[in-house]
Amino acid sequence: MNPRGKYKFELYTAEGTDNSSLAFGNLLTLCKAYLTDRYEIEVIDVFRQPQRALEHSIRMTPTLVKLAPHPKRTIVGTLSQTQRVLAALGIERAAG
Amino acid sequence: MKSFPSRKATSAKAATGIIGFDEITRGGLPHGRTTILAGGPGSGKTIFAVQFLTHGVRRCGEPGIFVAFEETPERIVANLQGFGWELETLVPKKLYFMDAQLTTELLQVGDFDLSGMLASLGSVAEKMGARRIVFDALDVLLAHLPDAMARRREICRIHQWLLSRDLTGLITAKAASEDTSSLGLQPFGFMQFMVDCAVMLNHRVVLGVSQRNLRVQKYRGSSFDENESPFVISKTGFDVAIARGLGRADVKVSTERVTSGVGRLDTMLDGGYYRASSVLITGSPGTAKTTLCGAFAEAACRRGERTVFVSFDSDGSEVARNLISVGIQLSHQIKRGLLRMISARTIIGSSETLLVKIKALAKEFGARCLVIDPVSTLSRAGNELTAHGVAERLLDWCKTDQITLVCSSLLDETANQQNGGTALQISTLADTWIHLNYLVQSGERNRSLSIIKSRGMAHSNQVRELILRNSGITLADIYTSGGEVLMGTLRWERESALSSAGAISKTESGIKRSRLNAEEAELRVRLQSLRTELQAKRAEKQLLAHIAENRRSETARSLRRVQKLRKADPFVEESSS
Repeated sequence: MNPRGKYKFELYTAEGTDNSSLAFGNLLTLCKAYLTDRYEIEVIDVFRQPQRALEHSIRMTPTLVKLAPHPKRTIVGTLSQTQRVLAALGIERAAG
Repeated sequence: MKSFPSRKATSAKAATGIIGFDEITRGGLPHGRTTILAGGPGSGKTIFAVQFLTHGVRRCGEPGIFVAFEETPERIVANLQGFGWELETLVPKKLYFMDAQLTTELLQVGDFDLSGMLASLGSVAEKMGARRIVFDALDVLLAHLPDAMARRREICRIHQWLLSRDLTGLITAKAASEDTSSLGLQPFGFMQFMVDCAVMLNHRVVLGVSQRNLRVQKYRGSSFDENESPFVISKTGFDVAIARGLGRADVKVSTERVTSGVGRLDTMLDGGYYRASSVLITGSPGTAKTTLCGAFAEAACRRGERTVFVSFDSDGSEVARNLISVGIQLSHQIKRGLLRMISARTIIGSSETLLVKIKALAKEFGARCLVIDPVSTLSRAGNELTAHGVAERLLDWCKTDQITLVCSSLLDETANQQNGGTALQISTLADTWIHLNYLVQSGERNRSLSIIKSRGMAHSNQVRELILRNSGITLADIYTSGGEVLMGTLRWERESALSSAGAISKTESGIKRSRLNAEEAELRVRLQSLRTELQAKRAEKQLLAHIAENRRSETARSLRRVQKLRKADPFVEESSS
């Protein structure tokens, strides 16, 4: 079963691009629906913090990094297919 | 948009340091613009790209960034170790490698863009002051994008980013098929409308011999050579073969003569070969082509000119040993460091490769004279198609670099002399063409030499006999009598027969002259005695007349005396009227 621990996300975005806004919206919707109060999202704008993107080898935007729980997962894209995202993050629908 | 693309002067070019390529593009890639380099797998895209960057760092003071989509930077650096660019000394301050591979555990859901990467690159570029950037194997990245729209959008994004930062960009991409003649057919074909310069590389195998070609398809705002140019990847990197830069179409022409190494041949040529001309010596095997080449090389070294002798047939030391038999001491010149013998038998590869190697060696040695024995090797099996171009470039290169070239060419026994016999058709290009032949006659095989052509010289039309002695090479006149050419022993016989005949006729005429002298003397004596006789006769005649006169006057006086005594009548002349 799913650990009841908190989900910690980093979302790397590029300000002003449609993909990034879409991804942020999709992530928020998903979290609200499946991880009520069990999530933490940090949004990092690569234009403002390029050094950070470089350190974490972020090449594409938007990129979602799940830092916790283990294992770390990285998903690139607008996160538009909710089912695939859930599977990748290891979130079961039933849990919500 | 903050910056308009054309704010930079169009003439600015970023030199690539690639031999030949900078000439084709009149200076290099467009500065501050984007260039696409497309080619099949293994066509040398990455080598080209890294050479472009290292040249920028070392020669132009332009740091560079390499974005690797396909391989890890470590592998790229390791693979390029052989070129001696010492990349590790440049990384990461002057040359930055960014690993941009998409890892397998990376999941992709929905559309994405490259802003993240460009933002990171931007900060790196700013920090190191990069002026050049390479996106290697962009096609790998593009394959992950969902549709053509997205691909186009991302290419545009990169393009705009490059322009706004005024970076000289080079994007490499794999061509889907071997036929890279047209970029428009490629899946990333739309790129060509966006970029300012497009370069194609292709790699073909023709009759088992690998041929690499480079072609500039477009170059906005600049002229360029549009044809395919063969290239090779040599020890130092890319080397593009170009026939001749347009800028130096008219090379300096010299009227200086250099000796052929054979005194009488110089006479036949009205003074020797022209400096920086190309000389072709053709003949069947064993007609002393190598010997003539050796004589030229030795003479050049004696003048103190550095010479490279490329031998395809036998080892350099063998050539040197063999030529001692005709009094040509090459080993001495090798010791002096003026002559370099190269055994090219060991060099394998296309004729293009051979030419590049020869050029590199000659340049390295600083050669003023070059001997290639025989040049016909260039047209070995599989190279027929390119060999002519290679020969043409060889001659052009020698002219441009003011190198006097002597090359021999093996003539097929069956080939006729009219078509030059060689697939290279070098005979039409060469300035001087000397033909060596055999004449088999009365159990002897003798060598003959004739000059088929020699541009700009009043050269001899005579066939001479080529004589090899241990004292050196000489040419002898040959005799023609009754439509028959005499050489060798027959020539000697004829020579001695003629000289003895000459002695006999000399003696004979001597005898005749003295006989005539004697006759003349005799006649003169006779003439003298006759004259004396004539005088005597004249004197006698005078005396006779005198006596007669005397007698008559005496008779008249005595008659008058008698008449006086007889008192007769005065004497009357009866016969007065």
